[in-house]
Amino acid sequence: MPDISVVLPSILQPLAGGQSILTAPADGTVTVGSLLDSVTGDYPVLARRLRDETGALRRYVNIYVAGDEVRRLQGLETEVSPGQEVLVIQSVAGG
Amino acid sequence: MATAENFVLAIGTKKGLWLATSQDRKQWSFSGPHFLMSEIPSIGIDTRDGRTRIMVGVRSEHWGPTVAHSDDLGATWTEPEQGAITFPEDTGAAVERIWQIYPDAESRPGVVWAGAEPISVWKSTDGGEHFELNRGLWDHPHRSDWGAGYGGAAAHSIVVNPAGDNVHVAMSTGGVYRSLDGGESWEPRNKGISAYFMPDPNPEFGQCVHKIAADAAVEGRLYAQNHHGVYRTDDNGENWNSIAEGLPADFGFVMLTHPRREGTAWVVPLKADGERIPPEGKLAVHRTDDAGATWKRLDTGLPKGEYNSVLRDAAGVDSSEPAGVYFGTRGGTVYASADEGETFAEVVSHLPDVLCVRAAVVSTAGLPVPETAAARGA
Repeated sequence: MPDISVVLPSILQPLAGGQSILTAPADGTVTVGSLLDSVTGDYPVLARRLRDETGALRRYVNIYVAGDEVRRLQGLETEVSPGQEVLVIQSVAGG
Repeated sequence: MATAENFVLAIGTKKGLWLATSQDRKQWSFSGPHFLMSEIPSIGIDTRDGRTRIMVGVRSEHWGPTVAHSDDLGATWTEPEQGAITFPEDTGAAVERIWQIYPDAESRPGVVWAGAEPISVWKSTDGGEHFELNRGLWDHPHRSDWGAGYGGAAAHSIVVNPAGDNVHVAMSTGGVYRSLDGGESWEPRNKGISAYFMPDPNPEFGQCVHKIAADAAVEGRLYAQNHHGVYRTDDNGENWNSIAEGLPADFGFVMLTHPRREGTAWVVPLKADGERIPPEGKLAVHRTDDAGATWKRLDTGLPKGEYNSVLRDAAGVDSSEPAGVYFGTRGGTVYASADEGETFAEVVSHLPDVLCVRAAVVSTAGLPVPETAAARGA
């Protein structure tokens, strides 16, 4: 079964046991939301860094699918296909 | 000099936490920054149960808020996996910032209260590892009418009567609410406190209270620093009366009380809400020893010119004799007094904006002493 990969920024990797890429098996398209549920299931602190307790993506957490930030697509309902790579990138913000 | 005592000073800033230890409250050894690039708006130092637990509210602009604690003076930190403070699913709410972490009385070890944004009060019974939402306040019919202060809609002050079930909460901009049943039910208690910025300047609630603190020695007496106005109640919040006369300004954020002595409190006046600097740029702490009848200006050791303000939780006291008084400015300088404010000395400077300062007398036996990253006068 092909995988979908989620690539983490270095600052979050300690919260995923030092891994830079988390993978989830997929036999069809999945939503970004369910993908995050899957890959962060064993890493609840990582999950809380990405989304608040309502499930909403934190304001300055950007998730890219095929080069597009998901807020410009269908948000957490954006579909991801097997073999694709999902990037988690923090905004350039703050001072 | 209390040479047998050890002191810990925790400094929460816009960009991290610094911890300092001292035996004389003059020379300090530092560690930090902990949680670099996260703001630390709240700190609780819990010295009950024979340990020293430092609890901190942490908030990253990118990665959100959380609560962590350390039982070894910051050498290691623990963050509950599911989060110490998270809103129940049915509320549809998410924590924005932890504004207050308040260990309860000695007689209730393990009980820790927290105040958060959005306006909410939380209670832990396991030493601050997990908190439960106070439903009485969350479901209060006034909640939709509470406003947001400039800093956010927060429950920022919690005062619990050590001898009973009285709990007072102060929120921006909802005013003071009181519970007589340990937090089950709440009623506004703002009579006598002006809210000049509202159509009715004497509303039941909606006052912009900046900080409240209880007199440790007089049952039912509390003090409040408001957005214009300094007040005292002697009847558990039923009536508030102005005690601002004698102060150079009735605006400010800080309200501290003595750990034991009746009638002793400290404020740090700022000129006005339109300027928010020490009056004439001259920083001073003011102390009353008679419950607000008179005030004494205390500025020995403080700079002659200072244009940074002092935020509501950027000040604290310790429980030693005499009590120590500490505060930090938005310019990143922290001052300490080992004599109840008579004389101050700079502890550290050039930190990021100081959001929160807490100090305590602690046992450091068996604990790693922070490495000296910066020590003044050492």
